[in-house]
Formats: sequence, C-alpha cells, structure tokens
Amino acid sequence: MTKTPLQFRHNGRDVALFVDGGVNLLVALRELIGDMTPKFGCGQGGCGACSVLIDGELHLSCLTLAETVNGRAVETLDGLRDGPNLHPLQRAFMEHFAAQCGYCTPGMLMAAKALLDRNPSPTRAEVIEAISGNICRCTGYEPIINAVLAVATSGRARA
Amino acid sequence: MPVTVKTFASFGEAASALSSDRSARYLGGGTLVMRALNEGDVSISTVVRATDRALTRIDMSSSRITIGAGVTFARILAERDLAFLHAPARSIGGPAVRNMGTVGGNLFAPAPYGDFTVALLALDATISVQGGLGARDMTIEEFLQSRERQSGALVLAVSCQRPASADAFRFRKIARIKPKGGSVITLAAHLPSSGGRISGARIALGSMAATQIRARAAERALEGRALDDATINAAASVAAEGASPTDNALGSAWYRREIVGVHLRRLLSGLE
Repeated sequence: MTKTPLQFRHNGRDVALFVDGGVNLLVALRELIGDMTPKFGCGQGGCGACSVLIDGELHLSCLTLAETVNGRAVETLDGLRDGPNLHPLQRAFMEHFAAQCGYCTPGMLMAAKALLDRNPSPTRAEVIEAISGNICRCTGYEPIINAVLAVATSGRARA
Repeated sequence: MPVTVKTFASFGEAASALSSDRSARYLGGGTLVMRALNEGDVSISTVVRATDRALTRIDMSSSRITIGAGVTFARILAERDLAFLHAPARSIGGPAVRNMGTVGGNLFAPAPYGDFTVALLALDATISVQGGLGARDMTIEEFLQSRERQSGALVLAVSCQRPASADAFRFRKIARIKPKGGSVITLAAHLPSSGGRISGARIALGSMAATQIRARAAERALEGRALDDATINAAASVAAEGASPTDNALGSAWYRREIVGVHLRRLLSGLE
C-alpha cells in the first residue's frame, strides 16, 4: 500500500514524513518523529493520555487520522518548555505534587494549557471541566486542579 | 492493517465513493472510525473524507435551523443562538472529544453514546443524506430504524425546529462519572404547549434500546393535558413501555427500567 506524504508544524518546527493509510497521529508522533511525550493509554478516546493541541485546540492524537494534520500546527508536551526553563504549568505540577506515576501528566498539561490559553483566569469548576477527559488513577485530581489554579491566579498562564 | 484514505473536496464525490464500496467508512471527527481502526477492525478497508465546507455550515436564518453533519460539539457550544442544544452538546465526552466529535457522527454512535441524537429525536429532526441514488431527507426515526444500512450513505446535515421557549425543551443525561461518562440513560423532552396544554409532546430516550427511541406511551400520557403532577406521574409510570434496554457495565437492563420513570418525572417537573 502506498504511503502518504505528510507535512505539518511540530512544536514550531516543520516536519515531513510518510505515513501508512489509517495511521493515527499518536503513532506518527511517537514512532515516526520520536516525540514520546504523548502517551498511548486506551486508543479509544477514553483516557486523554494522548492529548495534543492542533492549531491550538485540544485533540486526542490517538483518534486523529495523521493525514488530517497536513499543513497544521501540532503542539505536544515536548514543546511546552522553553529550552531549560519549564513552563509555569510544569513547575506548578511539581510544586503541587500533581504527578505520581506521571503517565497522565502530558495529557493533563496539554488540557490545562488549552484551558489557560483561552481563559487565563478559570474557576475551579472550569478547571475540572477542562481536565474531565483526562483520567488520572494516582492523584485523585485535587493536586492537579490546585496546580492549574495556582498558575491561573499567579498570572503566569501566558508566561 | 493499513487502509486506503480517500479525501474529496466535495461531499458529492465522497458520497459516491462511500456508496460504491461496502468496506468504506466515512471519517468525520474520528471518534468512532479511528476507534474501530485502532481496535483493528478489518471490515474497514477504505476511509472516505470530505473537506467540503458545506458540511460545517450552520444556518439559523429561520425558526428551522440546519446544522452541517461536520459541525463539532465545541462549535455548537460556541453558538449563543443554539443555547437549547448546549446541554446535549456539553454532555458529550471531555473538551477534546467535543472539539472532534460531530453532529453527523453522533447519529451512528451506539449506546451508551449518541446523547446528542436523543435531543435531535425529541426535536423531530430531519436528516439529509446522500446515497448512491442521490440526496434525500428522512425523519430521524426512519434514519435510526435503518441505521445499520445507512453506512453507505453520507449524512449531510440535520435540521430541526427551534423550541418555542427555553422551557419547552429539556435534556437530562444520567452518568456514573461527572462531568464526563457514558450514559446510564439519557432523556430529552420537547413539550410544545397551546393554551396551557401540551400539544405534540416528544420524549426521547437513549440507552433504553439498540438505538435511541421515543417513549410513545409517555408522550400519549402528556398529550392535551396541563403539565401538572398527575400528568407527570402518568407519563413517568409508562416511561419504560416499548423499551428494550440491555445490560452493560454502567447499569443492568432491570436498573434502567426502574430508573427511567424517576428521571422522566424529574425532567418534566423541572427538578435538577
């Protein structure tokens, strides 16, 4: 079967690759580009571990046909930090112990970023709603919610 | 297993490709077809897509609104004039699923999903489909009854009448996990009234049969009556009539039959 050429912006960098028909974006990112930050959880859209931003909008990379991001911008956790400097959300997650096993953390951070990018001062209910598609089996969610709210109230959301 | 992906600029070409290949599936937001591909569904060998902007159009120029099949739930939530559809749109998935999932795709979502379709059924929606024999409109009931045979047709749009008032349309999804979770049962009620009496009531249920269904006995109990306690109790007592729910991890068929009347009573009473 012929492969399809695909070009898109990955964390601010242009990438070009060939994908098999039906391959999802998560596989393209992890196996073809080597960005291991989005995680494979369920492959069914139920856990949110594979969450990425496509043109700034939160999407599940496991349910995104890779070809559909041609010419678009994909952001993953790998692009969140600025060189050696962690993103405020990453720092807040550490300060609030918002990660234990860490498997959900990339998806949680991208869901939180999607929220704060459009609403820098969310309420607690809005944070809960924003991460409702992301499952965490370790933390009980409270430290995650507190971390996101800490970034929002500190005004660091857009830093 | 790799599949062939065919992308078309027009929905007409996509519909032709879909109707001519039994193993082709249309990819809208991806939340159903990509799940199937990730599971290794070998019945799909071709994925058909259309980039036609007509599929993402919303027409609210009259009291009858038309929503393109490719419109996402996030887009519905962004439209202030579609406030009556916000509760069903918000009930679906988390933000990422709402950014991806489409109105057209929801028509094919099996239980415990397909909550938006419950709302459309209560609103007596019309479904525009394009198949091998051309385009046609069908009632949503007709569509749902023949849903298994519709995979070769492309849904273009759904249309429905805007409810006369915010109170005339009500929606309730019962889920184990809040704010996101599969449906134990989903209920929607359209209650047009004339002179204080209900005229043309529609009650739709999700997860109470293989597809979304109307609770016709409950509708009959409401018809021509004022929405008082006696009428609400009469409707609630027959809510499960004609339903054929099944057991799943979210609830047993018995449990669904037991609670559907309780939640219909709450919905009709305006209780949270």
